[in-house]
Amino acid sequence: MSDPASVPPASGPPRISRAADPVDTTLPNARSRGARGWVRWAERLMEGLIYLCGWSAILFVLAIFFFVFIEAAPLAVQGFDFVEFFTSVNWRPTSNVRPQFGTLALLIGSLSVTGLAMLLAVPLGLGAAVYISEFATGKTKEVLKIVVELLAAIPSVVWGFIGMMVLGPIIIRFTGTPVGVNLLNGSVILALMSVPIIVSIAEDALKAVPDSYREAALSLGASQWEVVYRVLFPAAKNGLLAAVLLGVGRAIGETMAVLMVTGHAIQIPRSLLDPIRTLTATIAAELGETVQGDTHFRALFLIGLVLFALTFVVNLAADLIVKGIRHEKNA
Amino acid sequence: MRKTPDAADDRNAAAHPSGEQLFRPSTYERSKARRQATARWVFLGMTLVLVLPVFAIVGYMVIQAWPVLSFSFLWENPQNRMTAGGVWAPLVGTFCLVFFSLLFAAPIGVLAGIYLNEYARDNWLTRAVNLAVMNLAGVPSIVHGLFGFGAFVLFAGMGKSVLAAACTLAVMTLPVIITSTREALGAVPMAFRQACWNLGASRWHTVRTIVLPNSISGILTGVIFEVSRAAGETAPILFTGAVYYVKVADHGWEAFFPYGPTDRCMALSMHLFTLATQASGVPESLQYGTAVVLMALILAVNGLSIGLRSYLRSRKRW
Repeated sequence: MSDPASVPPASGPPRISRAADPVDTTLPNARSRGARGWVRWAERLMEGLIYLCGWSAILFVLAIFFFVFIEAAPLAVQGFDFVEFFTSVNWRPTSNVRPQFGTLALLIGSLSVTGLAMLLAVPLGLGAAVYISEFATGKTKEVLKIVVELLAAIPSVVWGFIGMMVLGPIIIRFTGTPVGVNLLNGSVILALMSVPIIVSIAEDALKAVPDSYREAALSLGASQWEVVYRVLFPAAKNGLLAAVLLGVGRAIGETMAVLMVTGHAIQIPRSLLDPIRTLTATIAAELGETVQGDTHFRALFLIGLVLFALTFVVNLAADLIVKGIRHEKNA
Repeated sequence: MRKTPDAADDRNAAAHPSGEQLFRPSTYERSKARRQATARWVFLGMTLVLVLPVFAIVGYMVIQAWPVLSFSFLWENPQNRMTAGGVWAPLVGTFCLVFFSLLFAAPIGVLAGIYLNEYARDNWLTRAVNLAVMNLAGVPSIVHGLFGFGAFVLFAGMGKSVLAAACTLAVMTLPVIITSTREALGAVPMAFRQACWNLGASRWHTVRTIVLPNSISGILTGVIFEVSRAAGETAPILFTGAVYYVKVADHGWEAFFPYGPTDRCMALSMHLFTLATQASGVPESLQYGTAVVLMALILAVNGLSIGLRSYLRSRKRW
């Protein structure tokens, strides 16, 4: 503290009492007091609006939870069998004899297609991220980044269409299976869909590693490859993990493509070529056919709630991991 | 002499003059270079495995769609139980949905971006907002659809309508606008703001006259990006307003404004889903045509956004 007068405030404009502001009164063209009052009032209003909109994101997340929850909530007093919901593999919502709402097979369907997709997408995505971030230069780098971005923009219904019309026949030809829409098809399409997000987040993570790390390793005689796996991977491992988690979150929540290419059979898959059904696809396929307010309708909202919770946990984990990096860097 | 991995090379030492010997790569160095080259090719291969099939597929789709692609395909309505005709009605529906969703998402998203970049202090509330934005982006699209159905269609009493679907899309695409606005504002140097504050301007005055004019094109990029997101989504509008088929006027000005805010509408993404899975007897070329139109629309909008961004970067003055 050498000169207290020159110390600027931490952030934001200096807080000067407006009434004592000399500019207001001495300017020859100063607006009348009434006009200034109006301006200040409008400004207040605008700032209020900005705060409100800023907080709206929280509001919307809570609203999503709330509105999905209240549609599912009456199940609790209707004698709904929650144990069956989570542990049974029988999803027979329209059965006349005894409707059953077991989602275990659907959950396993979701997890298996996501897991297989990640098996493809994670190595490819991280590899592509390393290539784009470390090996590619100049024009190539720009073009590859744009292509990955465009890849992310292709709508899921188009991916589903590609899976049905292009990939399905290819799978039939090479494996001889009678139906082309199955677990394998879903995994490949889902992998292609979740790769762009993995690439872009992983690339950010690699970019965040300071250049001095690379320079130090290179000056010790390391080759570029050695820099990548001895220096960059350890240094960026949290960011890479976050990239993978966000890819998982995207894959679990994917709906239309999965609805179109996984074959729509409620079963626990035993081979790559078995058709399956996922949680998301079940909601999309059945909500239109339910009677609003009956058990089936509410059970679908309960599935929605499970999905909300699943993706929330995955995203929260990714966020905490990224926060962890920032914290370490500040320390 | 110590036995090293280079011993094999040393055996030939006598055959070479000492200078050449000195700079010859050792076995270790050679294998290192080989590994480097291998890694490079493997990573390149991984990138190409992702990129090339997409080009191949897009090319294949255009070839399959070629017989139907024409201007009349765009102008005509679906006919004959959707087994003939074009994509006009769904195309207009998509425009409608995107327009209304933009009407809600753009102001809220931009103001929220301003809040996060200009007003928010580093406290728990801001962290909660950030977390909410991230989570909003991560909620599955079908859950957004359920939310839209519960909140807009049932609770707000909009019924299945363009308005309800657009609101759902707006909530879903809000994070896109928030994050891109924030990035655009963050790119404006702090010195600009400080100069303005030092002249006695208030925070909002600074934002309005200094920060926004300097970042408006960046914000626009994000808004355009939102358009491409909203145009491609199917799951959120499945239960909130989009339907398989709506009769739309073929001629006159009514053909251009077929849907009011309270009507149900067709949408291009939904139309593709319908043609591919629900309707029967639709010729394949028609399905491919619809897919190509949808993809072309979205890639064009995206390309516009990317082009604008790189143009802005090239003429950045600070």
